[in-house]
Amino acid sequence: MIYLLTIFSPLFGFLLAGVLGQKYSARFSQIATCTFMLFSVIGAISIFNEVALGGVTIDIPLMKWIEVGAFRAQWGLRFDTLNAIMVMIVTLISFLVHIYSIGYMRHDPCIPRFMAYLSFFTFMMLILVTAYDFIQLFFGWEGVGLASYLLIGFWYDRQTANAAALKAFIVNRVGDLGLILGMGAIYFVFGTLEFKEIFILAPSKLNVCFSVGGYSFPCIEIICFLLLIGAMGKSAQLGLHIWLPDAMEGPTPVSALIHAATMVTAGVFLIVKCSPLYQHAPITSDIMTVVGATTAFFAGTIALTQNDIKRVIAYSTCSQLGYMFFAAGLSAYNIAIFHLVTHAFFKALLFLGAGAVIHSMSDEQDMRSMGGIWRLVPVSYLMMLIGSIALAGIPYFSGYYSKDAILETAWHASGTPVGAYAYILGMISTFLTAFYSWRLLCLTFTGKPRANEMVMSHVHEVGFVMLVPLFILASGAIFSGYFGVGYFSQKIFWGNSLIMPEEILGEHPRLIIEILPTLLGMSGIALAYLLYAWTFSWPLFFSEKFRFIYQLFFHKWYIDEFYDRMIVSKILGLGARFWQLGDIKLIDKWGPDGISRLVLQMSNRSSQLQTGYLFNYAYAMVWGVVGLVVWFILKSKIKGL
Amino acid sequence: MKPIGLEHYLTVSFFLFSLGIFGIFWNRKSVIIILMAIELMLLAVNINLVAFSCFLKDLAGQLFALFVLTVAAAEAAIGLAILVVFYRNRHSIDVQDISEMKG
Repeated sequence: MIYLLTIFSPLFGFLLAGVLGQKYSARFSQIATCTFMLFSVIGAISIFNEVALGGVTIDIPLMKWIEVGAFRAQWGLRFDTLNAIMVMIVTLISFLVHIYSIGYMRHDPCIPRFMAYLSFFTFMMLILVTAYDFIQLFFGWEGVGLASYLLIGFWYDRQTANAAALKAFIVNRVGDLGLILGMGAIYFVFGTLEFKEIFILAPSKLNVCFSVGGYSFPCIEIICFLLLIGAMGKSAQLGLHIWLPDAMEGPTPVSALIHAATMVTAGVFLIVKCSPLYQHAPITSDIMTVVGATTAFFAGTIALTQNDIKRVIAYSTCSQLGYMFFAAGLSAYNIAIFHLVTHAFFKALLFLGAGAVIHSMSDEQDMRSMGGIWRLVPVSYLMMLIGSIALAGIPYFSGYYSKDAILETAWHASGTPVGAYAYILGMISTFLTAFYSWRLLCLTFTGKPRANEMVMSHVHEVGFVMLVPLFILASGAIFSGYFGVGYFSQKIFWGNSLIMPEEILGEHPRLIIEILPTLLGMSGIALAYLLYAWTFSWPLFFSEKFRFIYQLFFHKWYIDEFYDRMIVSKILGLGARFWQLGDIKLIDKWGPDGISRLVLQMSNRSSQLQTGYLFNYAYAMVWGVVGLVVWFILKSKIKGL
Repeated sequence: MKPIGLEHYLTVSFFLFSLGIFGIFWNRKSVIIILMAIELMLLAVNINLVAFSCFLKDLAGQLFALFVLTVAAAEAAIGLAILVVFYRNRHSIDVQDISEMKG
């Protein structure tokens, strides 16, 4: 019962706010959705207690869904440690974001719609993480994609928001193609889509091969690669990351919930969920490691140069997702999830803090027009500071534990070229992370005020309803690492929910290796503080001196331009041609337009028959009678013959 | 010279009927002419009925002719009454003026 309540109460919140929200006041939908989310959080805590800490696995079949021949799919919920952690994180962050939205969206005319979408997203995400089989996972996967689309385009009167929503949706389709093909391949090989059966059967299919273009590949590699593409789309990895920064067009609570803490981690969740498959796919794991490490580095470099406060955090999210990917690629699935959890806390904190700043700066997002407000908004500053410290991996904050664990794994794997690549890029990214976090803090809060006086006179600390979620997230960002590190490295805690890497018996890393990430983080902080805290002459000097690199980073490595030139413009041109030739000149001309023109002509002509003169009608009638008589006579004649 | 038989009666009634039909739709003048033409057609039918009644030695035809005459009289009376009212309203009973029957 408590399980069903946890999963389905956001759905009730969504229905209440969505159906009745227009009828009653905005307060009604806020209270309804928040109350149901509260139920959900309480349920999630008890589930976490029972499943994750108690070490049991619970299956709840709900009902049949599809039965075609030998193919069966059913709705059901499955709770093991991994799912329970995800349910916990999703409901908690979502609840806090719901509360925060009451304050943040106070002046918006469409509050019921916003709250309904948030609850809808939460429900879909819960369906995704508790899925029984791949089909249900796909249902949730597409559901969160839809919710993401709706929420990015929430302010639908903004051109850029609509474009960003479309972009997110379309780029995700590319990834989804991989996921669908992967599911098809799984069904082809295993004959089922249920996670449990697939994982049991996996070792027996190691010798099954697909031949692709004349070469023969093990089927597990192919399946894992296709699933990886799906995960890359959702988790904004290199190549398919372009939608995530643009998604910042949505309201800030959405960025915190969907594009930092929950939805974008669905890809990581999928890979960890499928870890019994990935452990048999070393090549795909290597690809994943390289993709993740490259993304971590690449997104970090872009974040150095961006000026929009939310975009910096978005690229940071991208970079941290890269960390999770390469941790999973190095078979440290538990550590990937550990980083997912800590990241959810501190990144949601950073986004909500940034939202508070934006709110108090009268909707200003450009960091060049901020600065010097820390005395005016000390609590927000403190919260952002905690989030940044956790992100930068300063000891005893949550990011320190998870990121160190990832880098240690990479260090152990650095005997292989892929491991070494991941280790080096991971280290550089640590430095970059600390640097851009402090650049953000310095530009936003310290220095001289750069906003105009009207904005500055208006700067104020945000209300209580927005600060309380920040406090809770901040405590998560501080303590989740310290308390989690014990559990997340225990095999017994995870049970059968994922594959643990073998215990590494080799040499313990030397002290210098252990503190190197921290040192790099510290130096990044120090450097950013030196460069940005007082004047900007040095950064300007460097950006002029290394103009090429600066432009490369600032223009996001020209990937958007590359896609525009190579793919988007071609497809648009093709579409325009189809539209002009196929649709307008062929289908419209002969189809709807042609028929309507024909009908018009015919009716014009036939209405001329109607003169209104009696004698015309009588004339027609007589000829009608004559015709009928002739017809009957002829008929009887023919019959008679 | 042939004695007057059925075919002669039928020929006469045919011409009378045709005259009635053409009277209806070749007439652009008065509505009264239409009424008269209808009357002609009914008479032609009556001639037909009586002729066949004699030919077939069946009185039903003549009986029917009497009914037709009655109906024709009633119809003429109603038609003329309508015409009187119509003339009061429109000050004309020209067929060409009555063209409001289209949508």
